[in-house]
Parts: sequence; C-alpha cells; structure tokens
Amino acid sequence: MAKLIQGETGEWEIVIGMEVHAQVITKSKLFSGSSSVFGAEPNTHVSLVDAAMPGMLPVLNEFVVEQAIKTGLGINSKINNTSIFARKNYFYPDLPQGYQISQFEDPIVGEGVIEVDLPDGTTKEIGITRMHLEQDAGKSVHDQHPTKSFVDLNRSGCALMEIVSEPDIRGPEEAVAYLSKLRMILRYLGTCDGNMEEGSMRADVNISVRKPGDELGTRAEIKNVNSLKAVQQCIDYEVPRQIEILEDGGEVVQETRLWDPAKNETRSMRSKEEAHDYRYFPDPDLLPLHVSNDQIESIRKTLPELPDQKKHRFMDEYGLSLYDASVIIAEQARADYYEKVSNDNDSKLAANWVINELLGILNKNETPLSKSPIQAEQLGGLIALITDNTISGKIAKDVFAEMYKTSKDAAAIVEEKGLKQVTDTGAIEAVIDEVIAENPDNVAKYKGGKDKLFGFFVGQVMKKSQGKANPAAVNELLKKKLS
Amino acid sequence: MSLDEKTVRKVARLANIEIADEDIERIGTELSGILAWVEQLSEVDTDNVEPLANVVNIELPLRKDEVTDGDCADKVLANAPEETQGFFVVPKIVEQES
Repeated sequence: MAKLIQGETGEWEIVIGMEVHAQVITKSKLFSGSSSVFGAEPNTHVSLVDAAMPGMLPVLNEFVVEQAIKTGLGINSKINNTSIFARKNYFYPDLPQGYQISQFEDPIVGEGVIEVDLPDGTTKEIGITRMHLEQDAGKSVHDQHPTKSFVDLNRSGCALMEIVSEPDIRGPEEAVAYLSKLRMILRYLGTCDGNMEEGSMRADVNISVRKPGDELGTRAEIKNVNSLKAVQQCIDYEVPRQIEILEDGGEVVQETRLWDPAKNETRSMRSKEEAHDYRYFPDPDLLPLHVSNDQIESIRKTLPELPDQKKHRFMDEYGLSLYDASVIIAEQARADYYEKVSNDNDSKLAANWVINELLGILNKNETPLSKSPIQAEQLGGLIALITDNTISGKIAKDVFAEMYKTSKDAAAIVEEKGLKQVTDTGAIEAVIDEVIAENPDNVAKYKGGKDKLFGFFVGQVMKKSQGKANPAAVNELLKKKLS
Repeated sequence: MSLDEKTVRKVARLANIEIADEDIERIGTELSGILAWVEQLSEVDTDNVEPLANVVNIELPLRKDEVTDGDCADKVLANAPEETQGFFVVPKIVEQES
C-alpha cells in the first residue's frame, strides 16, 4: 500500500527510484588482468591499463559478461543481444582515464521486474529499467594530509553492475524491501557479495514527492547511501524537506545531494552540477558486445532456485505463511537448514522452531547460522520428539536450551534427564490421587461450584510430575476424578 | 560564424584546459571551422543504414577471468610527480559542499 504523507496542504505521495551499484564477483578486473580482490596494499592491484598509461587497450573479461547475463536473468530482465560500451567523460584524480567506460544507450540488460516483500505481509512488483556494466573508480583519501589527497587505484577498473529501478517505490519500507530483495538475489546468484559496509554494493536514491495523481515531481538524487538503515533515514529526512519547500511555494531543485550519516541529513553537492555534462560517446577501443540466444539459454540453465521461487515453493509445498517463508529464504544457507529440519517433520512446526527459537537465540548471541551449536538434523530430531508425544512443547524448550549449550542430540538429553512425557494413565492417575488427597479444602470448594480451581489442580499435577505428564491426559483424568 | 565566448569557455572547462582571454576569439573561430567540416557528414543520406562499428568484420575479443597483470606499483607510480607509501599524492580535492 502506498504510504501518503500528510502535509499542510493535503496528502503527498513519495516517489522513489533507485540506482544500485553492485561489484561483480570476479578474480580480475573488467578490462584488465589485474586482481579485483579487496584490501591489498595501495596501487598493487593496478596494471598499466588501469593506470591509463598511453597506448593501453581494454580487453573485456568474458566472465563478467556471464555474471551480468546471470544477474539480468535473476531480475527477470531482457538480455540484449547487442550492447555497446561508451565513455562517460569527467575529470577526477581517482579516474586516470579522464572517462569511465560504461554503457549508455545500449546496456547489456533491459527491462525487468522483481517482487519485494513488505513488512505488512504483502508483496509488490518493482520494475527494473535497465542494468549496465561499468568500471569502478579508484579511491581518494583526504584525511591524511592538510593540503594533499592520496590516491589508490586498486579499485580502478573493477567491474560494476548498475541496476536502475523504475520510479515504482512509494516509501522507505518499499525502498528497504527492494534493496534487500535485490541483494538477496545477487547473493543467491553469486554475482555480488552484497557487502554494503565494504562498499561492494552502494545505492543512489532518487526521491521526489507529488500530490497523488499528479505528474512526477522534481527529484533529488541522494548519494552515499551505504546501508539499509541509511536508505530509510535519508528518505525520512528528504521527504519532509521537499514537502516543506513545496508547501512554502518554492521549487525543489534537481540536484545531487550527499547523505551524511553523522549529522543525519542530506546536503547539496553543488560541485557535481557542472560536471553533469558527460558527453557520452561509443568507446572506439571496444567493439559492440554480442551475446547469442544459445549463450543466454545455457546460462539460464545454471541458475539456482532464486529467492522468490523458493519463497513460493515453501508457501505451496510446506504451507508456510508469506512472512515465515520470506524470513526463511532471506539467506540461502538458512533455507537449506530449514529444509533439513523440516524433512519428515511438521513443516509449520519446523518453521516456528527455526524462526522463533533458533534464529532468536543465534541473533541474541550474534552467532551466524553456520556456527550454530545445533545442527539441522538435531533440531529435526527434537521436533520429531514433540510430534510423537515423547516430550511436551514446554519440555522441548528446556531440551533445546540444553542442546544449544552442549550440542547433544535431543533424544540423548531426554533419556539422560528422564524427561519423557508420561502418557501412562495409571501413573497420571496416581499423581492426581495424591494431589486430591493433599488438598481436601480446594476439592470441597471446587465441588461447591468454584470452577476456576480446576487450573490449580492441573498446575499441581504438572508440578508433581515435573512437567512430564501429558497435559491433555491430565485434563481429561482430572475432570473425571473431580466430578 | 564563430562560437560564442560562453560556449568556448564551457568546452575548455569540460576539457579541463585553461585558455587565456585573448585566445578565446581565435579558438572560437577554429572550433567553428572544425564543426562546419564535420557537419558535412550530415549531407549523406543514412536512412535505413545500420551504424557500422568497424570495417574489418571482427568480433570483440574477450579474455578469461584470470589474474595476469598488476603487482607493479613501482611502474605505475614511476611518472607520478609525488608519491608516498604507495599512494599517488595530488593537491587536496575537496567537494565544494554548500
């Protein structure tokens, strides 16, 4: 549902489009054979091509093309058989060529769509305008010297995918949901690691507001948005700013603004305005890139089951709610874990245990699933014990806590501690008789019409049996004995 | 016709070239000449003609994703006017934020 903002002059609609830069997982750079690995000594992952020495020529990395096609298919997009590399011209010290090789009029990937899961349990489709390949720039360090900047070209020439969305996003929740789903897809595909902290995925957020039904308003492009939280925050800041300008009779300036996470605000980057004349033209060093339908189809065959396919399968096959399914598919390893737990067990019960108990305690201890002390098969074993009435759900939580501490199997713990549920009628009756004998006053009151005391008797019986009596049997037998 | 002063200054700025005030008119005239010369191409009728990327009929060469280059910081930095600890050193670049 579109979120409307109440202003002084009525309701406003938020319109957002996003440009996401995702670094392609490769060994080497887009157009040179130097390493694309993060974190090396300055200027050691730089060839003479990346440093733009005169006469050097770019040669395209075939694996990057495959990764781009894979990504395009993963975001349900059209793959263009012909695409063209173009030069985007601007001057900056971390761009030694004086231009970035990018794609302009003919990108490798065209229109598509992805399904995003919203916090209210609904889904929405967000259109993809295009995706193109381009070079990353180097890195400038400004805080090491009072009058100098330091430049490291290790990132220069690394392959990036720029994924551009349609202005279909209608508020901060949808923006966060879009970016998380996109990141999830890229991770499933293995085409980008999605680490926003390390900068291997970065978002520019284009924000405007309008009265519902009006034409698109003037947008501001917010840069430096480097976490899901920052996406939310920059929208929360920018929308009221624009509404206030418009309601005061002003106009929003089309400009690039910088998100400052320290001050929690966006501010104008005027210097970028003049540079916006990029004078794109086809790169004369690179012929058009042709990919055949055969190549596209053979890459399609290598695609893994993608998040949304998995989500819908879990809903259909296991009867999970959209919410549970979307939590479980958030990471591929989590989905695999769940399927192992679920195996022969009640799928919904398995989902509850994975989401509420296991992920709950792992999050609390900041432990990744890969380091979980409880293996999927072991959690499956615990659930099997609940399902076949060996232990009650309440006892199961104690067993779970013990499993988390010791990594032992559920059955071993139940055996060791004598936690098996008592379903034997005779044994339960004996306990009930004891309780009745010990509480003659309450028995009299109950029989005198104080029905509420029934709970007291159940509690006493459970306590005496150390929680092991089957609660349904206790209820039934107590009713008989007290009548 | 000569390109106006504003356009000449803009082209110079985009190309990061400094030009002296007294050269602007001369450069404007030269640029206009070049533009007029290139403009002659528009006399050719190119309707229904596919753009031609090359005249030798070859495909874009591709390379394998292997690390075959780099690890030559000394060469990369050899011509740098200033360097320190493996970095290029340049005059401070500051985003002019308002």
